[in-house]
Amino acid sequence: MARTMHSDKRINNMTTATDNSQQAPIASKQRRKRKVPTEVSILAVLIGIGLLFEVIGWVVRGDSFLMNPQRLLIMILQMSIIGIIAIGVTQVIITGGIDLSSGSVLALTAMVTASLAQSSDYARAVYPALTDLPWIVPLVAGLLVGALAGIINGSLVAFAVIPPFIATLGMMVSARGLARAYTDGQPVSLLTEEFTWIGSGANPVIIFLGVAVIFHIALKYTRYGKYTYAIGANPQAARVSGINVRRHLVKVYAIAGLLAGLAGVVASARAGTGQAGMGLMYELDAIAAAVIGGTSLAGGVGRVTGTVIGALILGVMLSGFTFLGVDAYYQDIVKGMIIVTAVIVDQYRQRRRKLS
Amino acid sequence: MVATTASAPHIQASTPFLLEVANARKTFPGVVALDNVQLRVRAGTVHALMGENGAGKSTLMKIIAGVYMPDDGEVRLHGRPLQLTGPLDALEAGIAMIHQELNLMPYMTIAENIWIRREPLNALGFVDHAALADRTQALFDRLGIELDPELEVRHLSIAGRQMVEIAKAVSYESEVLIMDEPTSALTDREVEHLSRIINDLRDQGKGIIYITHKMDEVFEIADDISVFRDGQFIHEAPASELDANEIIRLMVGREVTQLFPKETVPIGDVVLAVKDLGLEGVFEGVSFDVHAGEILGIAGLVGSGRTNVAETLFGVTPATAGSVAIDGQEILIKSPHQAMLHGLALLTEDRKETGLFLSLSVLENMEIAVLRDGYTHGSFVAQHRLDQQCERMKQVLDVRTPDLEERIGNLSGGNQQKVLIGRWLMTKPRILILDEPTRGIDVGAKAEIHRLISELAGEGVAVIMISSELPEVLGMSDRIMVMHQGQVTGFLDRGDANQVSVMQLASAPATHA
Repeated sequence: MARTMHSDKRINNMTTATDNSQQAPIASKQRRKRKVPTEVSILAVLIGIGLLFEVIGWVVRGDSFLMNPQRLLIMILQMSIIGIIAIGVTQVIITGGIDLSSGSVLALTAMVTASLAQSSDYARAVYPALTDLPWIVPLVAGLLVGALAGIINGSLVAFAVIPPFIATLGMMVSARGLARAYTDGQPVSLLTEEFTWIGSGANPVIIFLGVAVIFHIALKYTRYGKYTYAIGANPQAARVSGINVRRHLVKVYAIAGLLAGLAGVVASARAGTGQAGMGLMYELDAIAAAVIGGTSLAGGVGRVTGTVIGALILGVMLSGFTFLGVDAYYQDIVKGMIIVTAVIVDQYRQRRRKLS
Repeated sequence: MVATTASAPHIQASTPFLLEVANARKTFPGVVALDNVQLRVRAGTVHALMGENGAGKSTLMKIIAGVYMPDDGEVRLHGRPLQLTGPLDALEAGIAMIHQELNLMPYMTIAENIWIRREPLNALGFVDHAALADRTQALFDRLGIELDPELEVRHLSIAGRQMVEIAKAVSYESEVLIMDEPTSALTDREVEHLSRIINDLRDQGKGIIYITHKMDEVFEIADDISVFRDGQFIHEAPASELDANEIIRLMVGREVTQLFPKETVPIGDVVLAVKDLGLEGVFEGVSFDVHAGEILGIAGLVGSGRTNVAETLFGVTPATAGSVAIDGQEILIKSPHQAMLHGLALLTEDRKETGLFLSLSVLENMEIAVLRDGYTHGSFVAQHRLDQQCERMKQVLDVRTPDLEERIGNLSGGNQQKVLIGRWLMTKPRILILDEPTRGIDVGAKAEIHRLISELAGEGVAVIMISSELPEVLGMSDRIMVMHQGQVTGFLDRGDANQVSVMQLASAPATHA
């Protein structure tokens, strides 16, 4: 052993806090050497689809698809809400789970939020006794409702050991029912201007990008993120490494619920109303965005940047087909094919990973 | 390292080879796994493949079994070149492989597993279960296997599953059988049974390719030996012309003088005191002390409860009886996290199941247990410090990887194990529990890990080492605790321990009431 180590570098004591941070520059240099990340290839797909619509646009309509800031803004606005959900769903999928409840949780939070954001001069308000509440109240209430739904999901998965698919399927059905029951199916309208400002202009886009930045950093540079990947890669090894797997799973599902709640707040603010039918099938778009963005359903693999690009791909498709006047039915057909293609690519990547 | 030229083939050219591999080459992104490799197996012989992990044995086997397609070179059976595009092709051509990772369906019966895809049908086109069972029984009679064909595979021990795999391979009437470390999970008696089966197959004129890391086994069973190193063919000779040291020299490319370099170190105070520890229905009444600087070996057959004791100490399966004290202070361990706070570390038995994060990088695998004090700023990880420490750990442990960003799945077994050892050393444990620290690891890496364990004991770490390999336990331990069916049957001091005394305790029921 003396050959491989100096006497002052005893193995078990080598990690003492006195180590000088300038000692090992090799490490940081090596970290930069990277293969082409998945995100780059997905970005190429996004650009490719955009260019394809550009060309078809000129041929079919004699008009530019991309050179229209208005259209692009609308496209990103449309994707913001699904994007916010998708960032939460991505984290759940990284742990090896799935969240089918986000669309319904969005609807439930939209209802609760809207009921607390109604103008007091509206005769048929849900809570007529309330005066105009400051915008922060409905916002926080919405986030709490979302987080609570997430905590229930997470507890079912972690402590009742129910498969995530079933646990969140139950929440998907129940939350939708609760959203309807909340006002007997009546929409909640006439919200305060203070509140609807949250969803006005480009604000949803800013919120979406803010959420993306926060969770990109959280997944990459925090203990939360490292544990999330570890649990997805091998839950048993994670437990033996000292991670409280159950508690962490509840945390991840809670964050996914919180983000669905945030999406509900933004959606109701933007629409100026809360309706129980909001966010129908959004969970599937969110999962699709994550999967298209390279998140592996097997767990342990996925990035926020990929999901953002995945959401943009869905948005460009939607916007492009509308621009070309393609019927919505056909749009769905193509969307379905894209999702399946993304999973095929994921499987292929996994197989190659196993072989190498 | 590869300067040694491949020695000239000496087996007479007139001998017809059953299976030949010529000039095989296989590359993976960034790695040349095999380069210009040859292998020649005669009918009616056992041909052992020797080499360190990463030498290319498994890749070569997968080419022969049709799992991989070679970039160059060919596989010939009876002199005819084979074009294999998948494992089924190989099976139909007469080549069967018994995988290191067993590939049986746990919820189907033994008979169904063996005859899958080839089930006998009755007049209505349904599976004829009676015929299925008869066929299986006939096969088992031929091989001397005593298992109920109707039993579901999940009820079988690893050894039992191994037997089923072998029977399945034989059922294809294959001419070439590939066995990849078949005895790594078997007890001595099961190994004996396996060698009887292998001898029968040899007498029937089959060619058996046998991969193993166990030296004594090779000389017992092999007729010919081929040695590989770093993806290259090094040497081929009849087993009678080689000895263990020669093989090790060929495998490593240098002299490995001492296999178990146990250093005598001063033994300190009792660090860990375990009293009457029990886990209901699994083990009971386990009591022992471990001192600073001491290596306590735990020996016993598979299923004796050794691993369960380790897992219970570490809080994976919290104890249902007894007490544990560290430095005389009684403590309660309910989870691995708590165990870690008390300075314990556990290198688990099964690297793949409970150790590795296969989809993550070397760095992410190594750093995961220390994302706490000293390596975090609030919720954020101190990535720079982690990078440095992992890099240094990589150098001290001599982990061979292009860089820390490499996916751990791309490393050889020995290097993966070193990364996991690094994971635990980074936590600066006072009590280190090692469960099969060198299972499935090549000779060179093994010696390095043994040296490391000795070194750690020298620094005052209390080490508990579980191993199925008796020479390892005997060579490394200051004291050996022997278990049998969930009970401690005795302790042996280094001086009194030998293969016989350990095996007597390991196979005898506890003498006390």
